[in-house]
Amino acid sequence: MVEITSPAFKANAREALADAPLQRALGHVRSGFIAKRAVAAEALPEFDRLRDNARDIKDHALAHLDLYLEAYADKVEAAGGHVHWAETAEDARRIILDICRSKNARTVTKGKSMITEEIGLNAFLEEHSVAPVETDLGEYIIQLRGEHPSHIIAPAVHVNKDQVEADFRRVHTHLDPDRNLDEPTTLLGEARAVLREKYFQADIGITGANFLVAETGTSVIVTNEGNGDLTQSLPKTHVVVASIEKIVPTLEDVSQILRVLARSATGQDMSVYTTFSTGPRREADPDGPEDYHVVLLDNGRSSMLGTEFQDMLRCIRCGACMNHCPVYHAVGGHAYGWVYPGPMGAVLTPSLIGVDQSGHLPNASTFCGRCESVCPMRIPLPKMMRHWREREFSRNLNPAAARYGLGLWAFFAKRPALYQALTRVAIGTLGLMGRARGRFRAMPLAGGWTRYRDLPAPEGGTFQAQWAKRHGNSRRGTR
Amino acid sequence: MSDARAAILAKMRAAMGRGRDDDARRAAVTDRLQRSPRGLIPARGQLDPAGRIDLFCEMAEKVQASIARLPSSADVPAAVSDYLKSKNLPARVRTGADTRLAGLPWQGQAHLEVAHGPAQADDMASVSHALGGVAETGTLMLTSGPDNPTTLNFVPEHHIVVLRAADIAGDYETLWDRVREIHGKGVMPRTVNLVTGPSRSADIEQTLLLGAHGPRALHILVVGE
Repeated sequence: MVEITSPAFKANAREALADAPLQRALGHVRSGFIAKRAVAAEALPEFDRLRDNARDIKDHALAHLDLYLEAYADKVEAAGGHVHWAETAEDARRIILDICRSKNARTVTKGKSMITEEIGLNAFLEEHSVAPVETDLGEYIIQLRGEHPSHIIAPAVHVNKDQVEADFRRVHTHLDPDRNLDEPTTLLGEARAVLREKYFQADIGITGANFLVAETGTSVIVTNEGNGDLTQSLPKTHVVVASIEKIVPTLEDVSQILRVLARSATGQDMSVYTTFSTGPRREADPDGPEDYHVVLLDNGRSSMLGTEFQDMLRCIRCGACMNHCPVYHAVGGHAYGWVYPGPMGAVLTPSLIGVDQSGHLPNASTFCGRCESVCPMRIPLPKMMRHWREREFSRNLNPAAARYGLGLWAFFAKRPALYQALTRVAIGTLGLMGRARGRFRAMPLAGGWTRYRDLPAPEGGTFQAQWAKRHGNSRRGTR
Repeated sequence: MSDARAAILAKMRAAMGRGRDDDARRAAVTDRLQRSPRGLIPARGQLDPAGRIDLFCEMAEKVQASIARLPSSADVPAAVSDYLKSKNLPARVRTGADTRLAGLPWQGQAHLEVAHGPAQADDMASVSHALGGVAETGTLMLTSGPDNPTTLNFVPEHHIVVLRAADIAGDYETLWDRVREIHGKGVMPRTVNLVTGPSRSADIEQTLLLGAHGPRALHILVVGE
């Protein structure tokens, strides 16, 4: 299983902030993704209306999820495929291992799949003498490094080129040790050549799915490299691992969502390869897998239906929320401590592993709202983080000091006259005390702030006093 | 694992709450699956045929595909030879059994060897026939079968695709209707590939590089007016 370090988020974050190579690598997130998405969205006048449609399609699919899943499963079987239902990660691992054993599989190639990360498939297969080979370039790099993805669409975004070079020299010992690996193209070429052999050797190819189409019993993968296609078309068996909320009704519905997926993710109008797979190869087909299996994973998702977290099941894993998140930019993906980082991870992780384990994540947000503003599926991420904070509070999971502090604040907040009187005095006193320097270097109860920066001394009255004054001055004023 | 199926579906139905109208839900699902209503189609691709062809070529070139416009399908073999020469590739391609390709004057290219069947590891170039193109994004649609084996789209370093200009649609939805005409409503070939440019990766420091695992180059022969 993927080790959960979410409870240590604060320590993880501190470590990440002090990690110079990581900070260098994170610069690529800030500089690249945001501008590319903006250009792509700008170039399509219908983009925002397509986001509305994408949201509505998923809402409809979720409201009828049981029925669409049944329709989907019937279609897969009609096309000669097999559907396996897995309630838990453990069930899914067991089903996949059973398929491997029934085929005497020793090597499986893998397309990029967050769901197989979620179920900790690689480690499990290795324990049972099946060798998983990641074929997406980023996934391959982190598999060599013994790491997990730090981003859902750019798994090796935390790794710098010189680190990739060192890993390739360490692992590809059959190649000339004096070869030149200065250029990224050379690194790519080397990975391409090494993985080529694996595609042809593998007994089974495992992919995830971006969508499952109920109309036709089709699984869809979206990639740029073509590794997923080589993974699923060369071995004799293709296994798809997908969670239940990937269902969309029709090919038209997929087409709507595809128009916002790549634009939100990488700023491409369309990813290079969007591949629709339905059942095994047909009788006259000269290639393609002879066996096609779909493992449908619940793993806690059905419990999100009908709750305030249902909207999270609309997520299409584009990564836009983390690409635009100032917290993700600062600490990267690993600090979040489990499979899904960034804002979507801060909402989804507590649903899947429990808020007791991951209560820090919904707190690791400035509520700036950028995630929601770029989410192609219009998922209200900040609102849902707030729901988690409420649940955390109601279950007494946050530290005593925070609870007492909040309780104290609530006492005064519920008594506006007292609150205003006290804040007026406090602001006045602080203003006087800080008049000389204009700021404080230290402040009781505010050490977390003043350890890293000065606290500005208040100038003028409280916010409410200023508001009242401005409002009084111009009744029709500027709000 | 039919127990698991029943358990998951029961959990969902419980979560969705009581009092829901199952007959109405079932009717809504059946209706949507049968009608497969179109959503919003961007205006960008909704052009006359000549405009669609131009937009397709423009969008495909924007994503690093190369394009050659040919007056007639009889020009395809010579265009394939020319492409191989221009890339210093051996005069050898692999194709499927597509009759639209098989009927072409390959014998006019004396040195060009044409192999058939699924891709082999050492194939350098392949020729496929697309079902259609999508002007909106410069996307090709290819479908699997003996005529155009899927591995030809991914294994060789150079993928040459023949696309009839008349098969270029404005949007994906038009091509889905074409797939349904051929295979029937609700039925798909084993694989449908939407291909937009050659293979690429930005996994090393977010620098875009072509030719990750699939073809390094995608060359599209647009045939006819």
